Amino acid sequence: MHLPGFYLSLLLLQENSGKQKELSADDGWSNCTLCLGVITAVRINAVDIHEYQAKALLSDFGVNIPQGGLAYSPEQAAYRAREIGGDKWVVKAQIHSGARGKAGGVVFCDKEQAVWDAADDLLGKRLVTHQTGPKGKGVYRLYVEEATQIRNEIYLGFVLDRSSDRILVVASAEGGMEIEEISANRPGSIVRMSVEPAVGMQAFQAREIAFSLGLPGSLINQMVKTIMGCYRAFRELDATMVEINPLVVTENEDIIALDAKMTFDDNALFRRPNISELRDKSQEDPRETRAADRGLSYVGLDGNIGCMINGAGLAMATMDMISHAGGEPANFLDIGGGASPERVAKAFNLVLADENVQAILVNIFAGINRCDWVAQGVVQAIEKIDLKIPLVVRLSGTNVEEGRRILEQCRQKVITADTLAEAAEAVVGAWKKAQAGQRG
Amino acid sequence: MAILINEKTPVIVQGLTGNIGSFHAKEMIEYGTNVVGGVTPGKGGQMHLGVPVFNSVSEAVRETGAEASIVFVPPPFAADSIMEAADAGIRTCVSITDGIPVQDMITVKRYMMRYKRENRMCLTGPNCAGTISPGKAMLGIMPGHIYKPGKVGIIGRSGTLGYEAASQMKALGIGISTSVGIGGDPINGSSFKDILEKFEEDDETVAVLMIGEIGGPQEAEAAQFAKENMRKPVAAYIAGLTAPKGRQMGHAGAIVTAFGESAGEKVEILRQAGVLVAPNPSEMGSTVAELLTSVGAF
Repeated sequence: MHLPGFYLSLLLLQENSGKQKELSADDGWSNCTLCLGVITAVRINAVDIHEYQAKALLSDFGVNIPQGGLAYSPEQAAYRAREIGGDKWVVKAQIHSGARGKAGGVVFCDKEQAVWDAADDLLGKRLVTHQTGPKGKGVYRLYVEEATQIRNEIYLGFVLDRSSDRILVVASAEGGMEIEEISANRPGSIVRMSVEPAVGMQAFQAREIAFSLGLPGSLINQMVKTIMGCYRAFRELDATMVEINPLVVTENEDIIALDAKMTFDDNALFRRPNISELRDKSQEDPRETRAADRGLSYVGLDGNIGCMINGAGLAMATMDMISHAGGEPANFLDIGGGASPERVAKAFNLVLADENVQAILVNIFAGINRCDWVAQGVVQAIEKIDLKIPLVVRLSGTNVEEGRRILEQCRQKVITADTLAEAAEAVVGAWKKAQAGQRG
Repeated sequence: MAILINEKTPVIVQGLTGNIGSFHAKEMIEYGTNVVGGVTPGKGGQMHLGVPVFNSVSEAVRETGAEASIVFVPPPFAADSIMEAADAGIRTCVSITDGIPVQDMITVKRYMMRYKRENRMCLTGPNCAGTISPGKAMLGIMPGHIYKPGKVGIIGRSGTLGYEAASQMKALGIGISTSVGIGGDPINGSSFKDILEKFEEDDETVAVLMIGEIGGPQEAEAAQFAKENMRKPVAAYIAGLTAPKGRQMGHAGAIVTAFGESAGEKVEILRQAGVLVAPNPSEMGSTVAELLTSVGAF
């Protein structure tokens, strides 16, 4: 499965690539970056976890983290502050998004009452960041931490590099701001190191990164331990991304992870039960959760034309076709291969349940699917209801005649189409007509 | 000639006795594929669908002379099966399995590096519909009848979008030499470029259609290759022109803007490399027709 929404891509070399430090001397690596100027990392069907969970995991691999504790209420938050001690704390909203600080999700406090107040204010709130979409994400957990005296901030990230099949370490002495900003404003500060997974990360590579960041000799060992720990966590937990931003050098000359983010490979969860347990459904789009729990790939979008398609590529192409015909898709939905009528009916109901949907397009090119099963599923879903919106179905491939016959016998009005272009035009046309009818 | 497989290529099915393996092996045999055996550890010595079952790939290769394999093994064990095939001397391997952990695929690719390039197995997939040389042999799960035999090569990430292209081409009377699915996973056995190289060398292929999508560097890499190394003309379609960009932001991966990653940018890169790009997915067939006409092959 390859959903459009789940790709993360990155470019490390820009036009001014000459300014950046290139640590890897490997030929394959250099060639591909030099000829194309493009490096990509990927996040596919990724599982997100919270900051406090990532910190706990990394801490097990030798990464230093500030003292902190989880709170579900203002009382607990104040208690955590007392437990931690000192006189300065940070209350951090736990949501699956970065840029929480700008959205007001990170509050500095120098009184216990302030911790209580911050928690009272944050809990139950929805925080909107540029990563959450306009609806934002709900705050149901807080992490209370001791405040840290920062001397300088470092960026440290680990990603999978698609073009070289390696793990890429990215670091910068200009941490604290987002990596996009670092790359735009201080591209020369970015240090990269490509790690050959067959032999793993070597200490000398970690030392090279540490020295490139301009760290003094006294801090090198701590930094090496942190980098090596993150790499091991990445490999041993089937992570697809580890990011510490900022990793700070404190006034006491300690290296501490002030924030941490990790994502994991969905496909590897069968062997990582501890990671599966960290899933937090309150952070997911409920439509997507419902779909995922039924084994369907669904991404909610903002248009009005609901789609049910088999295959991610065909789904994306159909969305393109809908836009081409003048409509906007309401969702991406891939029913996968070998879908039973029941599964098709569930998928169809999922599309129908979206209030934004004003017309539906079913586009199936059956190989391992069967058009008759798809038709049965659609009929099952619409037979007992009063379908108020136009439905266009295009079937092609395995058992197509049987599928069309089933649709013809259905009591509800089903518009059929033979080709992709016809189908897209039919659904957009029917949608526009229905809208005009409602207005008139 | 076609590439990767033809009617003579001896094929084994890894995971033959399972439900999915059985179903598709039967379809492949009916299509005319030379299926000579199967592998299911622990079921060696049995006969299934009229062919012998072996305990290991190396045994199957030794006994049947198999050159190609298709993997229907469940995701947790698929990487192991692919490496077993590489070790046994299989030349062409298609991995249909969807859901293999990404780090397992890294291991597979490292493992295959131990063989010299000329001895290295050609792996396509995982998470693909397979490869078909129409009228000759099918190493996959596609509906064979939608492919007309002919002279255009197809390379695609998506199975069903590949079917769409094949049926549009058939409707216009355009046939296919071989259609290769390279799969939708982030780390795959062969890239667009790897397969373009094979089509360039194939006598029977006169032009190639590439069906790509958003994400990843492979389409841009292929554009570069087509421009510098290919005499045969190339057409392309990139899915996801309207896929929402906002959804992909966030996280360390998003280290920056990704030039060359969005569908629009890929289209631009391909056009600059002289590739004829279909404006929308319903014009994949007509774009190939236009390409063939321009070189006097239609």
